[in-house]
Amino acid sequence: MERLLRIDRRIIFIFVAIAVTLPLLIRFNLPVTATKDVKSIYNKINSLPEGSHVLISFDYDPASKEELQPMAVALLHHCFKNNIKVIGMTLNPGGSGLADSAITEAGKEYSRKYKEDYVFLGYKTGTELVMINMGENIFSAFPKDFYGNATVDLPVLKGVQSLQDMDYVIDLASGSSIEAWIAFGKEKYNFDFGGGCTAVIGPDMYPFLQSKQLTGLMSGLKGAAEYEILINRKSTAVAGMSPQSVVHVLVALFVIFGNVLYFMTGRKK
Amino acid sequence: MNFFKRTIPLTIAFIMGVIMTFQYYVPHEASQSLLKVVTRWGITIAGFAVFIGVYSLFHLHWNKIKRKVPGWGYSTFVFFGAGITIIFGLYNGGEFFLNDKQEGTMFDWMYFNVQIPAGATMFSILAFFMASAAYRTFRARTSEATILLVAAVIVMLGRVPVGALIWEYLPPLADWIMSVPNMAAKRGILIGVSIGAIATSLRIIFGIERAYLGGGD
Repeated sequence: MERLLRIDRRIIFIFVAIAVTLPLLIRFNLPVTATKDVKSIYNKINSLPEGSHVLISFDYDPASKEELQPMAVALLHHCFKNNIKVIGMTLNPGGSGLADSAITEAGKEYSRKYKEDYVFLGYKTGTELVMINMGENIFSAFPKDFYGNATVDLPVLKGVQSLQDMDYVIDLASGSSIEAWIAFGKEKYNFDFGGGCTAVIGPDMYPFLQSKQLTGLMSGLKGAAEYEILINRKSTAVAGMSPQSVVHVLVALFVIFGNVLYFMTGRKK
Repeated sequence: MNFFKRTIPLTIAFIMGVIMTFQYYVPHEASQSLLKVVTRWGITIAGFAVFIGVYSLFHLHWNKIKRKVPGWGYSTFVFFGAGITIIFGLYNGGEFFLNDKQEGTMFDWMYFNVQIPAGATMFSILAFFMASAAYRTFRARTSEATILLVAAVIVMLGRVPVGALIWEYLPPLADWIMSVPNMAAKRGILIGVSIGAIATSLRIIFGIERAYLGGGD
Protein backbone atom coordinates (compact mmCIF):
# COMPACT_ATOMS: atom_id res chain seq x y z
CA MET A 1 0.00 0.00 0.00
CA GLU A 2 2.90 2.33 0.76
CA ARG A 3 4.14 1.66 -2.75
CA LEU A 4 0.73 2.47 -4.19
CA LEU A 5 0.74 5.81 -2.34
CA ARG A 6 4.16 6.64 -3.79
CA ILE A 7 3.25 5.49 -7.29
CA ASP A 8 5.34 6.97 -10.13
CA ARG A 9 3.44 9.94 -11.52
CA ARG A 10 4.12 8.76 -15.06
CA ILE A 11 1.70 5.88 -14.41
CA ILE A 12 -0.97 8.46 -13.48
CA PHE A 13 -0.12 10.34 -16.69
CA ILE A 14 -0.73 7.14 -18.70
CA PHE A 15 -4.18 6.76 -17.08
CA VAL A 16 -5.03 10.37 -17.98
CA ALA A 17 -3.81 9.89 -21.56
CA ILE A 18 -6.01 6.80 -21.92
CA ALA A 19 -8.98 8.62 -20.35
CA VAL A 20 -8.63 11.42 -22.91
CA THR A 21 -7.95 9.38 -26.04
CA LEU A 22 -10.33 6.47 -25.52
CA PRO A 23 -13.57 8.55 -25.62
CA LEU A 24 -12.26 10.23 -28.77
CA LEU A 25 -11.75 6.85 -30.45
CA ILE A 26 -14.89 5.15 -29.13
CA ARG A 27 -17.50 7.85 -29.63
CA PHE A 28 -20.39 8.01 -27.18
CA ASN A 29 -22.84 10.82 -26.50
CA LEU A 30 -23.61 12.23 -23.10
CA PRO A 31 -26.72 14.32 -22.40
CA VAL A 32 -25.80 18.02 -22.22
CA THR A 33 -28.44 20.18 -20.55
CA ALA A 34 -28.26 23.96 -20.79
CA THR A 35 -28.06 25.76 -17.44
CA LYS A 36 -30.01 28.97 -16.75
CA ASP A 37 -26.89 31.16 -16.97
CA VAL A 38 -26.12 29.95 -20.50
CA LYS A 39 -29.80 30.12 -21.47
CA SER A 40 -29.86 33.78 -20.38
CA ILE A 41 -27.28 34.70 -23.03
CA TYR A 42 -29.11 32.64 -25.65
CA ASN A 43 -32.46 34.24 -24.77
CA LYS A 44 -30.96 37.73 -24.77
CA ILE A 45 -29.57 37.29 -28.30
CA ASN A 46 -32.84 35.73 -29.43
CA SER A 47 -34.74 38.74 -28.09
CA LEU A 48 -32.71 41.21 -30.17
CA PRO A 49 -34.37 42.45 -33.37
CA GLU A 50 -32.61 42.03 -36.73
CA GLY A 51 -29.89 44.61 -37.32
CA SER A 52 -29.07 44.99 -33.61
CA HIS A 53 -25.43 45.53 -32.64
CA VAL A 54 -23.61 42.95 -30.52
CA LEU A 55 -20.05 43.65 -29.40
CA ILE A 56 -17.92 40.56 -28.72
CA SER A 57 -14.57 41.10 -27.01
CA PHE A 58 -12.30 38.11 -27.68
CA ASP A 59 -10.01 38.55 -24.66
CA TYR A 60 -8.10 35.29 -24.83
CA ASP A 61 -5.02 33.87 -26.49
CA PRO A 62 -4.11 30.46 -28.00
CA ALA A 63 -3.50 28.93 -24.54
CA SER A 64 -7.26 29.16 -23.79
CA LYS A 65 -8.42 28.49 -27.33
CA GLU A 66 -9.80 25.01 -26.62
CA GLU A 67 -12.30 26.38 -24.11
CA LEU A 68 -13.16 29.79 -25.51
CA GLN A 69 -12.99 29.45 -29.27
CA PRO A 70 -15.96 27.01 -29.38
CA MET A 71 -17.92 29.56 -27.32
CA ALA A 72 -17.00 32.33 -29.75
CA VAL A 73 -17.93 30.24 -32.77
CA ALA A 74 -21.30 29.21 -31.28
CA LEU A 75 -22.12 32.83 -30.37
CA LEU A 76 -21.16 34.08 -33.83
CA HIS A 77 -23.33 31.45 -35.52
CA HIS A 78 -26.27 32.47 -33.36
CA CYS A 79 -25.77 36.18 -34.11
CA PHE A 80 -25.31 35.72 -37.87
CA LYS A 81 -28.26 33.33 -38.06
CA ASN A 82 -30.45 35.98 -36.39
CA ASN A 83 -29.12 38.68 -38.74
CA ILE A 84 -27.44 40.60 -35.94
CA LYS A 85 -24.52 42.91 -36.67
CA VAL A 86 -21.34 41.72 -34.95
CA ILE A 87 -18.56 44.02 -33.81
CA GLY A 88 -15.47 42.10 -32.74
CA MET A 89 -12.45 43.34 -30.82
CA THR A 90 -9.74 42.02 -28.53
CA LEU A 91 -7.83 43.33 -25.55
CA ASN A 92 -5.39 40.42 -25.68
CA PRO A 93 -2.47 40.76 -28.13
CA GLY A 94 -2.56 37.01 -28.83
CA GLY A 95 -6.26 36.97 -29.56
CA SER A 96 -6.51 38.86 -32.84
CA GLY A 97 -5.77 35.88 -35.13
CA LEU A 98 -8.28 33.62 -33.37
CA ALA A 99 -10.97 36.29 -33.31
CA ASP A 100 -10.48 37.22 -36.95
CA SER A 101 -10.63 33.60 -38.15
CA ALA A 102 -13.74 32.84 -36.04
CA ILE A 103 -15.64 35.90 -37.29
CA THR A 104 -14.60 35.45 -40.91
CA GLU A 105 -15.43 31.73 -41.06
CA ALA A 106 -18.81 32.08 -39.33
CA GLY A 107 -19.65 35.13 -41.48
CA LYS A 108 -18.88 33.22 -44.68
CA GLU A 109 -21.20 30.37 -43.69
CA TYR A 110 -24.16 32.78 -43.55
CA SER A 111 -22.96 34.89 -46.53
CA ARG A 112 -22.52 37.93 -44.30
CA LYS A 113 -20.45 40.80 -45.68
CA TYR A 114 -17.48 42.38 -43.93
CA LYS A 115 -18.00 46.10 -43.17
CA GLU A 116 -21.76 45.73 -43.69
CA ASP A 117 -22.76 42.88 -41.39
CA TYR A 118 -19.68 42.48 -39.24
CA VAL A 119 -16.35 44.08 -38.45
CA PHE A 120 -13.25 43.16 -36.50
CA LEU A 121 -11.70 46.19 -34.81
CA GLY A 122 -8.51 44.36 -33.80
CA TYR A 123 -6.34 44.68 -30.71
CA LYS A 124 -5.84 47.77 -28.63
CA THR A 125 -3.59 48.03 -25.60
CA GLY A 126 -4.67 49.64 -22.34
CA THR A 127 -7.62 47.38 -21.25
CA GLU A 128 -9.61 49.64 -18.87
CA LEU A 129 -8.58 52.79 -20.75
CA VAL A 130 -9.88 51.29 -24.00
CA MET A 131 -13.22 50.46 -22.35
CA ILE A 132 -13.64 54.01 -21.01
CA ASN A 133 -12.56 55.49 -24.33
CA MET A 134 -15.07 53.28 -26.16
CA GLY A 135 -17.69 54.40 -23.67
CA GLU A 136 -17.05 58.00 -24.70
CA ASN A 137 -16.57 57.40 -28.41
CA ILE A 138 -15.93 54.12 -30.19
CA PHE A 139 -14.25 55.85 -33.15
CA SER A 140 -11.79 57.53 -30.81
CA ALA A 141 -10.71 54.16 -29.36
CA PHE A 142 -10.64 52.42 -32.77
CA PRO A 143 -10.10 54.93 -35.58
CA LYS A 144 -9.27 52.00 -37.89
CA ASP A 145 -10.33 48.36 -37.98
CA PHE A 146 -8.03 45.31 -38.10
CA TYR A 147 -7.52 45.75 -41.86
CA GLY A 148 -6.89 49.49 -41.76
CA ASN A 149 -10.35 50.69 -42.87
CA ALA A 150 -11.53 53.94 -41.29
CA THR A 151 -14.20 52.86 -38.80
CA VAL A 152 -16.19 56.05 -39.17
CA ASP A 153 -17.04 55.04 -42.76
CA LEU A 154 -18.17 51.49 -41.96
CA PRO A 155 -21.90 50.81 -42.60
CA VAL A 156 -21.92 48.16 -39.84
CA LEU A 157 -21.21 50.88 -37.26
CA LYS A 158 -24.01 53.15 -38.46
CA GLY A 159 -26.03 54.21 -35.43
CA VAL A 160 -23.23 53.36 -33.03
CA GLN A 161 -21.30 56.11 -31.29
CA SER A 162 -20.29 54.55 -27.99
CA LEU A 163 -20.76 51.48 -25.79
CA GLN A 164 -24.18 52.80 -24.78
CA ASP A 165 -25.41 52.17 -28.32
CA MET A 166 -24.55 48.47 -28.18
CA ASP A 167 -27.57 46.21 -27.76
CA TYR A 168 -25.48 43.58 -26.04
CA VAL A 169 -21.83 43.26 -25.05
CA ILE A 170 -20.18 39.88 -24.44
CA ASP A 171 -16.69 39.34 -23.12
CA LEU A 172 -14.94 36.02 -23.70
CA ALA A 173 -12.17 36.06 -21.13
CA SER A 174 -9.18 34.01 -20.11
CA GLY A 175 -8.13 36.63 -17.55
CA SER A 176 -9.69 39.32 -15.40
CA SER A 177 -11.25 41.30 -18.24
CA ILE A 178 -14.87 40.49 -17.24
CA GLU A 179 -14.39 42.34 -13.92
CA ALA A 180 -12.83 45.24 -15.83
CA TRP A 181 -15.72 45.34 -18.32
CA ILE A 182 -18.17 45.46 -15.39
CA ALA A 183 -16.32 48.14 -13.41
CA PHE A 184 -15.25 50.42 -16.27
CA GLY A 185 -17.81 49.59 -18.95
CA LYS A 186 -21.16 48.27 -17.79
CA GLU A 187 -21.43 50.25 -14.55
CA LYS A 188 -20.31 53.52 -16.13
CA TYR A 189 -22.06 53.30 -19.49
CA ASN A 190 -25.00 51.07 -18.61
CA PHE A 191 -25.39 48.34 -21.23
CA ASP A 192 -26.46 44.70 -21.07
CA PHE A 193 -23.46 42.52 -20.48
CA GLY A 194 -22.83 38.78 -20.67
CA GLY A 195 -19.67 36.76 -20.24
CA GLY A 196 -17.85 33.63 -21.23
CA CYS A 197 -14.75 32.42 -19.42
CA THR A 198 -12.49 29.47 -18.76
CA ALA A 199 -13.75 26.96 -16.17
CA VAL A 200 -11.05 28.14 -13.74
CA ILE A 201 -12.43 31.70 -13.73
CA GLY A 202 -16.09 30.59 -13.59
CA PRO A 203 -16.44 30.48 -9.76
CA ASP A 204 -15.19 34.10 -9.50
CA MET A 205 -18.12 35.29 -11.62
CA TYR A 206 -20.97 34.15 -9.36
CA PRO A 207 -21.20 37.39 -7.32
CA PHE A 208 -21.72 39.29 -10.60
CA LEU A 209 -24.40 36.85 -11.74
CA GLN A 210 -26.35 37.24 -8.52
CA SER A 211 -26.08 41.05 -8.63
CA LYS A 212 -27.32 40.93 -12.27
CA GLN A 213 -24.20 42.77 -13.43
CA LEU A 214 -23.75 39.76 -15.69
CA THR A 215 -26.91 38.76 -17.54
CA GLY A 216 -25.49 35.32 -18.28
CA LEU A 217 -22.33 33.25 -18.15
CA MET A 218 -20.75 30.47 -20.17
CA SER A 219 -18.11 28.73 -18.11
CA GLY A 220 -15.50 26.45 -19.66
CA LEU A 221 -15.99 23.89 -22.41
CA LYS A 222 -19.24 22.79 -20.72
CA GLY A 223 -20.67 26.29 -21.18
CA ALA A 224 -19.70 26.21 -24.86
CA ALA A 225 -21.28 22.76 -25.25
CA GLU A 226 -24.52 24.00 -23.67
CA TYR A 227 -24.61 26.90 -26.15
CA GLU A 228 -23.99 24.52 -29.06
CA ILE A 229 -26.96 22.43 -27.88
CA LEU A 230 -29.16 25.55 -27.63
CA ILE A 231 -28.37 26.71 -31.16
CA ASN A 232 -28.71 23.11 -32.37
CA ARG A 233 -25.23 23.00 -33.86
CA LYS A 234 -23.15 20.33 -32.14
CA SER A 235 -19.46 20.89 -32.71
CA THR A 236 -16.11 20.64 -30.90
CA ALA A 237 -17.45 21.58 -27.45
CA VAL A 238 -20.11 18.84 -27.41
CA ALA A 239 -17.52 16.37 -28.78
CA GLY A 240 -15.19 17.40 -25.96
CA MET A 241 -17.71 16.54 -23.25
CA SER A 242 -17.00 12.78 -23.39
CA PRO A 243 -13.23 12.95 -22.72
CA GLN A 244 -13.76 15.73 -20.17
CA SER A 245 -16.35 13.64 -18.30
CA VAL A 246 -14.11 10.57 -18.25
CA VAL A 247 -11.11 12.59 -17.00
CA HIS A 248 -13.24 14.21 -14.26
CA VAL A 249 -14.40 10.77 -13.10
CA LEU A 250 -10.81 9.53 -13.19
CA VAL A 251 -9.55 12.45 -11.08
CA ALA A 252 -12.41 11.93 -8.59
CA LEU A 253 -11.50 8.24 -8.38
CA PHE A 254 -7.84 9.16 -7.85
CA VAL A 255 -8.82 11.45 -4.97
CA ILE A 256 -11.04 8.79 -3.35
CA PHE A 257 -8.53 5.97 -3.91
CA GLY A 258 -5.64 8.09 -2.62
CA ASN A 259 -7.57 8.88 0.57
CA VAL A 260 -8.64 5.26 1.12
CA LEU A 261 -4.98 4.21 0.91
CA TYR A 262 -4.00 7.10 3.17
CA PHE A 263 -6.35 5.97 5.93
CA MET A 264 -5.63 2.26 5.45
CA THR A 265 -1.92 2.87 5.99
CA GLY A 266 -2.82 4.75 9.19
CA ARG A 267 -0.91 7.90 8.19
CA LYS A 268 -2.31 10.85 10.02
CA LYS A 269 0.41 13.43 9.33
CA MET B 1 17.87 64.41 -10.09
CA ASN B 2 15.55 63.82 -7.17
CA PHE B 3 13.34 66.55 -8.61
CA PHE B 4 12.91 64.65 -11.91
CA LYS B 5 12.76 61.16 -10.38
CA ARG B 6 10.50 61.91 -7.42
CA THR B 7 8.93 65.37 -7.27
CA ILE B 8 7.63 65.59 -10.85
CA PRO B 9 6.11 62.04 -10.97
CA LEU B 10 4.52 62.51 -7.54
CA THR B 11 3.08 65.90 -8.57
CA ILE B 12 1.68 64.46 -11.83
CA ALA B 13 0.13 61.51 -9.93
CA PHE B 14 -1.45 63.87 -7.38
CA ILE B 15 -2.84 66.37 -9.90
CA MET B 16 -4.17 63.73 -12.31
CA GLY B 17 -5.53 61.58 -9.49
CA VAL B 18 -7.50 64.46 -7.98
CA ILE B 19 -8.74 65.74 -11.37
CA MET B 20 -9.89 62.30 -12.56
CA THR B 21 -11.60 61.54 -9.23
CA PHE B 22 -13.69 64.71 -9.54
CA GLN B 23 -14.18 64.16 -13.27
CA TYR B 24 -16.12 60.95 -12.51
CA TYR B 25 -18.82 62.96 -10.72
CA VAL B 26 -19.09 65.82 -13.22
CA PRO B 27 -21.34 64.99 -16.19
CA HIS B 28 -20.43 68.21 -18.06
CA GLU B 29 -19.38 68.14 -21.72
CA ALA B 30 -15.92 69.52 -20.89
CA SER B 31 -15.46 66.83 -18.28
CA GLN B 32 -16.37 64.11 -20.83
CA SER B 33 -13.96 65.61 -23.38
CA LEU B 34 -11.20 65.58 -20.78
CA LEU B 35 -11.88 61.90 -20.05
CA LYS B 36 -11.69 61.10 -23.77
CA VAL B 37 -8.37 62.91 -24.17
CA VAL B 38 -6.84 61.44 -21.00
CA THR B 39 -7.83 57.85 -21.88
CA ARG B 40 -6.40 58.29 -25.40
CA TRP B 41 -3.16 59.49 -23.83
CA GLY B 42 -3.27 56.50 -21.52
CA ILE B 43 -3.72 54.09 -24.43
CA THR B 44 -0.76 55.67 -26.23
CA ILE B 45 1.47 55.47 -23.15
CA ALA B 46 0.39 51.85 -22.51
CA GLY B 47 1.66 51.01 -26.02
CA PHE B 48 5.18 51.85 -24.91
CA ALA B 49 4.96 49.14 -22.23
CA VAL B 50 5.50 46.66 -25.09
CA PHE B 51 9.02 48.01 -25.61
CA ILE B 52 9.79 47.76 -21.89
CA GLY B 53 8.43 44.19 -21.87
CA VAL B 54 10.51 43.17 -24.88
CA TYR B 55 13.64 44.81 -23.41
CA SER B 56 13.08 43.10 -20.04
CA LEU B 57 12.54 39.68 -21.67
CA PHE B 58 15.63 39.96 -23.89
CA HIS B 59 17.75 41.29 -21.02
CA LEU B 60 16.76 38.38 -18.75
CA HIS B 61 17.44 35.69 -21.33
CA TRP B 62 20.62 37.33 -22.62
CA ASN B 63 22.03 37.22 -19.07
CA LYS B 64 21.07 33.55 -18.78
CA ILE B 65 22.96 32.76 -21.98
CA LYS B 66 25.96 34.89 -20.96
CA ARG B 67 26.23 33.22 -17.55
CA LYS B 68 25.51 29.75 -18.96
CA VAL B 69 22.96 29.06 -16.21
CA PRO B 70 21.36 25.58 -16.27
CA GLY B 71 18.87 25.41 -19.16
CA TRP B 72 20.43 28.43 -20.94
CA GLY B 73 19.91 26.65 -24.27
CA TYR B 74 16.15 27.26 -23.99
CA SER B 75 16.83 30.99 -23.79
CA THR B 76 18.29 30.93 -27.30
CA PHE B 77 14.84 29.91 -28.54
CA VAL B 78 13.42 33.16 -27.11
CA PHE B 79 15.67 35.13 -29.48
CA PHE B 80 15.11 32.67 -32.31
CA GLY B 81 11.30 32.72 -31.97
CA ALA B 82 11.02 36.45 -31.32
CA GLY B 83 13.46 37.26 -34.14
CA ILE B 84 11.59 35.24 -36.77
CA THR B 85 8.19 36.56 -35.62
CA ILE B 86 9.36 40.19 -35.63
CA ILE B 87 10.96 39.81 -39.08
CA PHE B 88 7.83 38.28 -40.66
CA GLY B 89 5.59 40.74 -38.80
CA LEU B 90 7.54 43.70 -40.20
CA TYR B 91 7.81 42.09 -43.65
CA ASN B 92 3.97 41.88 -43.73
CA GLY B 93 3.78 39.61 -46.80
CA GLY B 94 6.05 41.93 -48.84
CA GLU B 95 4.02 45.07 -48.09
CA PHE B 96 6.14 45.97 -45.04
CA PHE B 97 4.96 47.33 -41.73
CA LEU B 98 3.96 50.82 -42.86
CA ASN B 99 1.07 49.35 -44.86
CA ASP B 100 -2.09 47.74 -43.48
CA LYS B 101 -1.98 44.14 -42.33
CA GLN B 102 -1.97 41.63 -45.20
CA GLU B 103 -3.81 38.31 -45.16
CA GLY B 104 -2.20 34.88 -45.48
CA THR B 105 1.31 36.01 -44.59
CA MET B 106 4.09 33.91 -43.08
CA PHE B 107 3.30 35.68 -39.77
CA ASP B 108 -0.24 34.27 -39.91
CA TRP B 109 1.11 30.83 -40.78
CA MET B 110 3.36 30.87 -37.71
CA TYR B 111 0.49 32.06 -35.51
CA PHE B 112 -1.86 29.28 -36.60
CA ASN B 113 0.71 26.48 -36.95
CA VAL B 114 3.16 27.22 -34.15
CA GLN B 115 1.70 29.53 -31.50
CA ILE B 116 -1.81 28.02 -31.34
CA PRO B 117 -0.73 24.34 -31.11
CA ALA B 118 2.08 25.24 -28.67
CA GLY B 119 -0.32 27.22 -26.46
CA ALA B 120 -2.91 24.43 -26.49
CA THR B 121 -0.23 21.86 -25.62
CA MET B 122 0.99 23.89 -22.63
CA PHE B 123 -2.58 24.26 -21.37
CA SER B 124 -3.40 20.56 -21.83
CA ILE B 125 -0.39 19.51 -19.75
CA LEU B 126 -2.29 20.93 -16.75
CA ALA B 127 -4.71 17.96 -16.82
CA PHE B 128 -1.83 15.54 -16.23
CA PHE B 129 -0.33 17.51 -13.36
CA MET B 130 -3.74 18.10 -11.75
CA ALA B 131 -4.54 14.37 -11.82
CA SER B 132 -1.17 13.55 -10.30
CA ALA B 133 -1.52 16.24 -7.61
CA ALA B 134 -5.09 15.10 -6.80
CA TYR B 135 -3.90 11.55 -6.15
CA ARG B 136 -0.74 12.35 -4.23
CA THR B 137 -1.55 15.43 -2.14
CA PHE B 138 -5.33 15.90 -1.76
CA ARG B 139 -5.84 14.29 1.67
CA ALA B 140 -8.64 14.51 4.24
CA ARG B 141 -6.21 15.36 7.05
CA THR B 142 -8.51 17.79 8.91
CA SER B 143 -12.26 18.44 8.97
CA GLU B 144 -11.77 21.58 6.81
CA ALA B 145 -9.76 19.59 4.27
CA THR B 146 -12.49 16.92 4.26
CA ILE B 147 -15.20 19.51 3.51
CA LEU B 148 -13.05 20.93 0.71
CA LEU B 149 -12.39 17.44 -0.67
CA VAL B 150 -16.06 16.40 -0.66
CA ALA B 151 -17.11 19.73 -2.27
CA ALA B 152 -14.39 19.34 -4.92
CA VAL B 153 -15.52 15.83 -5.87
CA ILE B 154 -19.19 16.92 -6.06
CA VAL B 155 -18.36 19.96 -8.21
CA MET B 156 -15.95 18.00 -10.39
CA LEU B 157 -18.59 15.38 -11.19
CA GLY B 158 -21.63 17.64 -11.08
CA ARG B 159 -20.24 20.08 -13.65
CA VAL B 160 -19.84 17.50 -16.43
CA PRO B 161 -22.64 15.65 -18.25
CA VAL B 162 -21.69 12.31 -16.70
CA GLY B 163 -22.60 13.68 -13.24
CA ALA B 164 -26.35 13.39 -13.88
CA LEU B 165 -25.89 9.76 -14.96
CA ILE B 166 -24.02 8.90 -11.74
CA TRP B 167 -26.62 10.53 -9.48
CA GLU B 168 -29.40 12.85 -10.65
CA TYR B 169 -28.89 15.21 -7.68
CA LEU B 170 -25.18 15.77 -8.38
CA PRO B 171 -25.61 18.69 -10.86
CA PRO B 172 -28.08 20.65 -8.63
CA LEU B 173 -25.84 20.00 -5.62
CA ALA B 174 -22.81 21.27 -7.54
CA ASP B 175 -24.81 24.34 -8.63
CA TRP B 176 -25.80 25.02 -5.01
CA ILE B 177 -22.16 24.82 -3.87
CA MET B 178 -21.18 27.26 -6.61
CA SER B 179 -24.01 29.74 -6.15
CA VAL B 180 -24.21 29.81 -2.33
CA PRO B 181 -21.01 29.01 -0.36
CA ASN B 182 -18.67 29.74 -3.27
CA MET B 183 -20.48 32.95 -4.17
CA ALA B 184 -20.47 34.19 -0.56
CA ALA B 185 -16.74 33.52 -0.19
CA LYS B 186 -15.91 35.12 -3.54
CA ARG B 187 -17.99 38.19 -2.72
CA GLY B 188 -16.17 38.59 0.60
CA ILE B 189 -12.81 38.38 -1.15
CA LEU B 190 -13.99 40.80 -3.84
CA ILE B 191 -15.11 43.40 -1.29
CA GLY B 192 -11.82 43.06 0.58
CA VAL B 193 -9.76 43.40 -2.61
CA SER B 194 -11.83 46.42 -3.75
CA ILE B 195 -11.38 48.24 -0.44
CA GLY B 196 -7.65 47.46 -0.65
CA ALA B 197 -7.52 48.86 -4.19
CA ILE B 198 -9.25 52.08 -3.10
CA ALA B 199 -6.82 52.44 -0.16
CA THR B 200 -3.80 51.84 -2.44
CA SER B 201 -5.12 54.35 -4.98
CA LEU B 202 -5.46 57.02 -2.29
CA ARG B 203 -1.94 56.23 -1.02
CA ILE B 204 -0.58 56.66 -4.57
CA ILE B 205 -2.49 59.92 -5.18
CA PHE B 206 -1.22 61.42 -1.91
CA GLY B 207 2.34 60.20 -2.46
CA ILE B 208 2.42 57.78 0.49
CA GLU B 209 2.80 54.70 -1.71
CA ARG B 210 5.89 55.22 -3.90
CA ALA B 211 6.84 51.67 -4.90
CA TYR B 212 5.63 52.34 -8.47
CA LEU B 213 8.43 54.87 -8.89
CA GLY B 214 10.99 52.06 -8.51
CA GLY B 215 14.36 52.18 -6.79
CA GLY B 216 13.12 51.09 -3.34
CA ASP B 217 11.95 53.56 -0.65
